[in-house]
Amino acid sequence: MEILMCIVAGLLFAAAVYLMLSKSLLRIIIGTGLLSHGTHLMLLTMGGLKTGAAPVLGEHASSYTDPIPQALILTAIVISFGVTAVFLVIAYRAYQELGTDNMEQLKGMETDD
Amino acid sequence: MSLLHWAILAPFIMAIFVPFLRKKAASIHTGWFVLILPVVLFGTFLQYLPVTTNNDSVMQTASWIPSLGINFTVYMDGLSLLFALLISGIGSLVVLYSIYYLSKTKESLHHFYVYLLMFMGSMLGVVLSDNVIMLYMFWEFTSISSFLLIAYWYDRERSRYGALKSMLITVFGGLMMLGGFLVLSIMGNTFSIRELAAQATELNEHPLFLLAMILVLLGAFTKSAQFPFYIWLPDAMEAPTPVSAYLHSATMVKAGIYLVARFSPIFAFSGYWFWIVGTVGLFTMVWASFNAVKQTDLKGILAFSTVSQLGLIMSLLGIGAASLHFDSLDDNLFTTAVIAAIFHLINHATFKGSLFMVVGIIDHETGTRDIRKLGGLMSFMPITFTLSVIGAFSMAGLPPFNGFLSKEMFFLSMVQLMELNLFNIDTWAVLFPVLAWVGSVFTFIYSMIIVFKVFTGKFQPEKLEKKPHEAPVGMLISPIILALLVVVFGLFPNLLSYSLIQPAAAAIVPSIIPPGEQLYVNIYFWHGINAELLMTIGVVAVGILLYKFMPKWVRVYEYFPGKITLNQFYNAGLYAAERGSNAITNAYMTGFIRTYLVYIFAFFIAALGFTMWAKDAFRYDASAVAPIGLYEGCLIIVLLAATLTILMAKSRLTSIISLGAVGYTVSLFFVIFRAPDLALTQLVIETVSTALFLLCFYHLPKLSRHAEKRRFQAGNAIIAAGVGIIVTLLGISAHSSKFFASINEYYIENTYEKAGGENMVNVILVDFRGFDTLFEIAVLSVAALGIYGLIKLRLEKGGETNENK
Repeated sequence: MEILMCIVAGLLFAAAVYLMLSKSLLRIIIGTGLLSHGTHLMLLTMGGLKTGAAPVLGEHASSYTDPIPQALILTAIVISFGVTAVFLVIAYRAYQELGTDNMEQLKGMETDD
Repeated sequence: MSLLHWAILAPFIMAIFVPFLRKKAASIHTGWFVLILPVVLFGTFLQYLPVTTNNDSVMQTASWIPSLGINFTVYMDGLSLLFALLISGIGSLVVLYSIYYLSKTKESLHHFYVYLLMFMGSMLGVVLSDNVIMLYMFWEFTSISSFLLIAYWYDRERSRYGALKSMLITVFGGLMMLGGFLVLSIMGNTFSIRELAAQATELNEHPLFLLAMILVLLGAFTKSAQFPFYIWLPDAMEAPTPVSAYLHSATMVKAGIYLVARFSPIFAFSGYWFWIVGTVGLFTMVWASFNAVKQTDLKGILAFSTVSQLGLIMSLLGIGAASLHFDSLDDNLFTTAVIAAIFHLINHATFKGSLFMVVGIIDHETGTRDIRKLGGLMSFMPITFTLSVIGAFSMAGLPPFNGFLSKEMFFLSMVQLMELNLFNIDTWAVLFPVLAWVGSVFTFIYSMIIVFKVFTGKFQPEKLEKKPHEAPVGMLISPIILALLVVVFGLFPNLLSYSLIQPAAAAIVPSIIPPGEQLYVNIYFWHGINAELLMTIGVVAVGILLYKFMPKWVRVYEYFPGKITLNQFYNAGLYAAERGSNAITNAYMTGFIRTYLVYIFAFFIAALGFTMWAKDAFRYDASAVAPIGLYEGCLIIVLLAATLTILMAKSRLTSIISLGAVGYTVSLFFVIFRAPDLALTQLVIETVSTALFLLCFYHLPKLSRHAEKRRFQAGNAIIAAGVGIIVTLLGISAHSSKFFASINEYYIENTYEKAGGENMVNVILVDFRGFDTLFEIAVLSVAALGIYGLIKLRLEKGGETNENK
């Protein structure tokens, strides 16, 4: 399962990078969103999957899943939300002021490569 | 911190108060306050005269960075004292002169005096430091203050050009010098000049010796405007005239001379030193005096003349190095050269200082410095005329002025070279007196130009901006004092012999002076009819002839092509450097975010991929893996399908919704992988951010994708695939190699005992790693503020032009 999850995370990364390299600002933002999903899955996988019960003592299990990656991911989810929100507002404002969300036009060049 | 330390720091401290004085006491010219300082300093330094006259020295140390061996060590010997007296003495006169030269109301005096004081302090630091790092630091300070002073009238383009030029050249030299100092300190394992000099013999053998010498000499030659670095000095004449008199003739440009003199005990035994310093100096002297004759700007003439005179002193120091190869002091011919160098240094400061001030007066009272417009001023400015005669005749080497004496000694040293049988000099020795003589002829000619083109001839009032008249008394005081010194030193040179010259010369060639003895300094007018007197007579005769028939031969200068001058070379070099660096930067800084992302990802792939390959770090171990269940399989398929949809999506709405699908799938993964808190958070966040996306989407244009060419897409795909593969490999390797047990046991055991909570993830976040969470909240607050600001922000009307496009 871990090996498979690594591959899935890698695919998410690849898709995210592909989106981030495109010209549309919105696709770049979506790319960062995908990137954080990939990172979260990867982090979770690193702690080992399904090695025990959920990390809540009330379960009275003999073994628990690693709580540390989960704590890390929880922080990361919130932060990535903040990043996405700022990014979106920048895109929105840029479009409002400049009338485009094409990265090349935002740079101020006419050439299309 | 001793008195000498405070003497160096005093100008800097004074500089702090200058702006306040300018503000609070605006009715009094700020210069009057500033004047006090150099006068007091001059008096302070005079007290060291008895010490150095006995060939003693004073050394005081204040520790600065003792762990690195960098200390603020001041060292006062004859050489340092001579320079300290020059700096404070000429400094006083220049400040006095500037009070009348610079208008109280029109000029920004506080800038001027802050820069001037900064210069004074750093120059004192240069000549009094024993630690090479301190010396370097002060050295660069003088470059910076010189830059600021040249650009004092910064609204003039020529000023800015001159300032930049002097800065680039002298700072280049300074950096070379620093390199030389570091090499020296590695060789001798100390930063102290005195300690380095003590091991001069061992250093001479060192393989890096020549490198250190050349680097230090580069510093000296750039600062002292030697060929081919002299080109900055004529352009530095854009500075106010008091500055030219002070920095660019009497003190700063002599820092290079000081450096050569100060490092003579270390380097001078080597033949390279003799050849490099001697020939560069002599060539500079001839070349600059030759060029001075064709100048039409009075300050231009003086600038080239300064270059030429500095070359003269430099060549004397180079030749003086030969004295180290004689054992006995009695028949040592070449100490004359060292003594002449010091003597001429003092003389040059006096006559060139007064000449600069005279030129300043002419400029001030007539509105021009162009000799083609000037003429017949003698009857209008009799005092100025007298002063210029004294200064110029001294410079030309005519009796009874001090320039005559040092010029004779210069000739003597050059003639003596023919008796030298060192350094394979052989027949080359003849060239030295010949070149010296030629240079002196041109020196004579331009000295005459300064006097006679300006003060005699036809008066041309129509070409002048102002009606000429004699300068105010205050402006005349300083040049009068200097001119008096020119005459006094000329008539009674032995006033200086054992008080200043002998101690300074002794500091340059300490190794040949036996303990308890002194160098023999005897300067007198009449030594019978000898070679140097005949040379002087020849200079005068030929000089007068050439001056009279100048229009006939002046076209010689036209044979020098204007295209390949050093200035052209400098300008072209600067232009090429600007263009070149611009082109290089533009080649990779395209302004596209995509380009930068490509750099980042490509580096990521290359660095990690290479490390993994080179360290053989890839591991694959599938023994401790969890089984793959049906649910997970389904989720993975959904996840990948949603991702693919985003990639292929034609419209924005599709891609946003697909992103939401990915997010919800991830939260389902969290459920399966026993992470209930994550699943809850992810659900909430995903909902909010999808809503946010849709909200923004509402405002964004309909068209979703911009046309992208195949090649563009293919490049992106390759990089994306590379990143994906690397991440996968990294994940598998990390999972397959466990070097130590997880620290999670600690949390599992202590969650309840230490924090009283049952949910481990929550306890870690709010208790064990509470600060992390606190800062996370801070980050969110910053993001919230940013978002609020962005939404509220409305560009000023300036943004309108963009909207119209």
